[in-house]
Amino acid sequence: MSALAASPSKRILTKGNEAICLGAVAAGCRHYYGYPITPQNDIPEYMAAHLPALGGTFLQAESEIATINFILGTSASGKRVMTSSSGPGISLMQEGLSYMAGSELPAVIVNISRSGPGLGGIAPSQGDYFQAVKGGGHGGYRLIVLAPHSVQEMYTLTMLAFDLADKYRTPAMILGDAIVGQMKEPFVASAYDTASMVEKPWALTGCAGRERRNVKSLHLKDNAIEIHNWKLYGKYERIRKEEVRAESYMLDGATIAIVAFGTAARVSKTAIQWARKEGIAAGMLRPITLFPFPEREVFELAKKVDVLLVIEMNTGQMVEDVRQCTPQHDRIAFLGKPCAMPTPEEILERIRLLAGRKG
Amino acid sequence: MSAPGKVGFSKPVYTRPRSLVDVKSHFCPGCHHGTIHKIVAECIDRYGLREKTIGVACVGCAVFLYDYIDVDVVESPHGRAPAVATGVKRAQPDKFVFTYQGDGDLAAIGTSEIIHAANRGENLSVIFVNNTTYGMTGGQMAPTTMLGQKTSTTPYGRDFRGDGYPIKMAELLSGLEGTSYSARVAVSTPAQIRKAKEAVRKAFEMQIAGMGFSIVEFLSTCPTNWGMKPLEAQKRVLGEMSEYFPLGVFKERKQADFA
Ligand SMILES: Cc1ncc(C[n+]2csc(CCOP(=O)(O)OP(=O)(O)O)c2C)c(N)n1
Ligand code: SF4
Repeated sequence: MSALAASPSKRILTKGNEAICLGAVAAGCRHYYGYPITPQNDIPEYMAAHLPALGGTFLQAESEIATINFILGTSASGKRVMTSSSGPGISLMQEGLSYMAGSELPAVIVNISRSGPGLGGIAPSQGDYFQAVKGGGHGGYRLIVLAPHSVQEMYTLTMLAFDLADKYRTPAMILGDAIVGQMKEPFVASAYDTASMVEKPWALTGCAGRERRNVKSLHLKDNAIEIHNWKLYGKYERIRKEEVRAESYMLDGATIAIVAFGTAARVSKTAIQWARKEGIAAGMLRPITLFPFPEREVFELAKKVDVLLVIEMNTGQMVEDVRQCTPQHDRIAFLGKPCAMPTPEEILERIRLLAGRKG
Repeated sequence: MSAPGKVGFSKPVYTRPRSLVDVKSHFCPGCHHGTIHKIVAECIDRYGLREKTIGVACVGCAVFLYDYIDVDVVESPHGRAPAVATGVKRAQPDKFVFTYQGDGDLAAIGTSEIIHAANRGENLSVIFVNNTTYGMTGGQMAPTTMLGQKTSTTPYGRDFRGDGYPIKMAELLSGLEGTSYSARVAVSTPAQIRKAKEAVRKAFEMQIAGMGFSIVEFLSTCPTNWGMKPLEAQKRVLGEMSEYFPLGVFKERKQADFA
């Protein structure tokens, strides 16, 4: 797969991990740094093969700690930059991510997550939901978190992640898993709209013809850190208002609504189709942005359906956010698997059970 | 200051370097950070680098670099400056990039980053301020703390049996292929200051010539945390400290590995 293969509107058969690379390259990212970890090694390998020919930089770091700081330096230079890793590596990046959030530096961080905690296993998992959407690093900050469920979205959401990161000057994360990373399917490599690229008047480029600039997160004077924190809060509130993305799937007349993201949502679609064939009115709300979480959408949906069935590839993390948006907790059901994909059969069985229970 | 109208003093022998911001120093009396800043600023001026420089500041007393040096500066997490500088330099290879790091920063939490930046022959320059203690956090043990030296976390003096030995970074880094220049200097006498300036110039020239990683280690004071008067602190640098940490050039590459 060559980088040039992603010419506008071409249908391409490729892996999710490679679609991320194609999206990044299309969006003008020419700097990638990373450190190997399964199951995302296709990404650094692709970038190592293709970025030099595009005039870009691939560099394998000595650790994820170094990686995220390479990212910090390149981002401070005003360039689009990306890294990818999986659970344990993302944990090592948390210090740098907190600094980048504090210093208001954009970048795209891909987490093709595996099962944890600790070294865990390399099975696909959504066990990094808390870490992604609740911070992970110190001090209180948010990442914009996007959760693709198809190869197509691995491509388009990566482009979007660069735009949102730059627009809000904050790191954005693509939260995938081994399945969406490794699965191969055709997708349309739509052209990237360069109009969404913003100027970076804060970038450090040497102070020729202007005052010197600083990019920093330390604020010691007076109540500067309080002012800074309120500023960041305002930014996150704006993101909450303006950047929520979610897909409504077969929700017309639904009495049972699944809430799931990524691979879990992908599998749920099959189960929903089967349930509909059996006359059970099932549907799904699929958060595409995990931060900002589609709070209002979940709230409104809860008023319309009998039950919300949260499905996750973990033992229950996003379900806490769903509960928070839904007054009647007794109408929330959960199906989870920490280290594997729930099968459509298992999901259908649970849908049947819930449909039967309400009679 | 000479009185107006007096003859014989019309030609200034000393001026503030253009790249040094005209502000009052906040460093403790007798601290060498200010002198080292001045040397860095002078060398930036000498090579006309001000408008194409990006400095990388760290944590510790060293962080306030951006208040004193009149160039673009990015702040890095504790010890990660060589990695941040790598990211800057890879993105902007035509720019001049230097880090300014203390011993806690470079020789403790950041050992991995400094060794790998040097080993890659990353084309950047490092100013390393060794004051044998953690200044900002209140004088705890650093990897460079001398044997027997009392700090707030070695209240009975550093003992190699439990605490290990003071680490000689300039020597250690000189052993790496990617290092183009490694020297240790001090600024406790005018003669030393002149030599220190030469070393920084050399380090900067290495980067300008694309020769790879260069580092200048400064033996510096922290009178506040050493519990010494400024003059005593100078004496410690000239005596005990430079005995264990010898001044000199440990590596000087003559030819670039890559043209
Ligand atoms: C991850 C992390 N751990 C600890 C600290 C606390 N800390 C701030 S400065 C410092 C020591 C700095 O010492 P040094 O690099 O020698 O600089 P100096 O203050 O002497 O100039 C430490 C441990 C921190 N900022 N970040
Ligand atoms: S605490 Fe030490 S290193 Fe920091 S300014 Fe004071 S003397 Fe200098």
